[in-house]
Amino acid sequence: MNNPPGDAAYEPRLYRAPVSILWWLRRRSYFFFVLRELSSVFVAWSVVFLLLLIRAVGRGGGQYRDFLDWSATAWVIILNLVTLGFLVLHAITWFNLTPAAMVLRLRGQRVPPAAIAGSAYLAWVVVSAFVVWIVMRR
Amino acid sequence: MGRRTMEPFLWLLFSAGGVLSALLLPVLVFLFGVAMPIGWIAAPGLDHLRGLIDNPLTSLVVLALSVLSLFHWAQRFRYTLIDGLKLKDHHRLINVSCYTVTLVGSVAAAVVLWQVR
Repeated sequence: MNNPPGDAAYEPRLYRAPVSILWWLRRRSYFFFVLRELSSVFVAWSVVFLLLLIRAVGRGGGQYRDFLDWSATAWVIILNLVTLGFLVLHAITWFNLTPAAMVLRLRGQRVPPAAIAGSAYLAWVVVSAFVVWIVMRR
Repeated sequence: MGRRTMEPFLWLLFSAGGVLSALLLPVLVFLFGVAMPIGWIAAPGLDHLRGLIDNPLTSLVVLALSVLSLFHWAQRFRYTLIDGLKLKDHHRLINVSCYTVTLVGSVAAAVVLWQVR
């Protein structure tokens, strides 16, 4: 690479157009794609948050109360609101992609993509309702 | 070579984590991260949550959710760094770091769930 231009060995075979590090800001679809990929960071944070809650519950009333107080501080609420936004983005993009990733056939007929995506959304609603029920029931 | 043959397996874990996190995490973060802290709904009592976690099935679901979600994170995050920030030259370091975090996190999840029981 450092050979002078006159050198016979200096013969680039491939030209690669330089791409800016901010390539993903150039189009809305690129930006959206990066947002979707970044949702994974908030997926990881949700797991950490959940495990902190479970650890506090295991350590008894004092720790559980401390966790509730901490989770009610402004920055944690803001972080979790942003997290919720990214999680919903993740869920919607994920369920919308299920028909592309999963081709089902029933009696020789291809199940319409909308039906597959629809069942994914239905599963989301049922699972969410079930979680609310087991957490909130007395 | 070893890493190359791991790829399909890692994509499988990525997908499983994608499904589980999409189904379960929004409602959990809504309840414990937003609705309860803001005061829309009252936080459940300690005994109720303890009873939930004491159920082996709950522990198993939370463990699967944690481990697979972390694998999901690792797959997306390493590609975001490698392609998004054009760090292809450092892909080995990035891969090792992401999966180390995932493995450490998975062990931590198992320890937390074990200690609660």
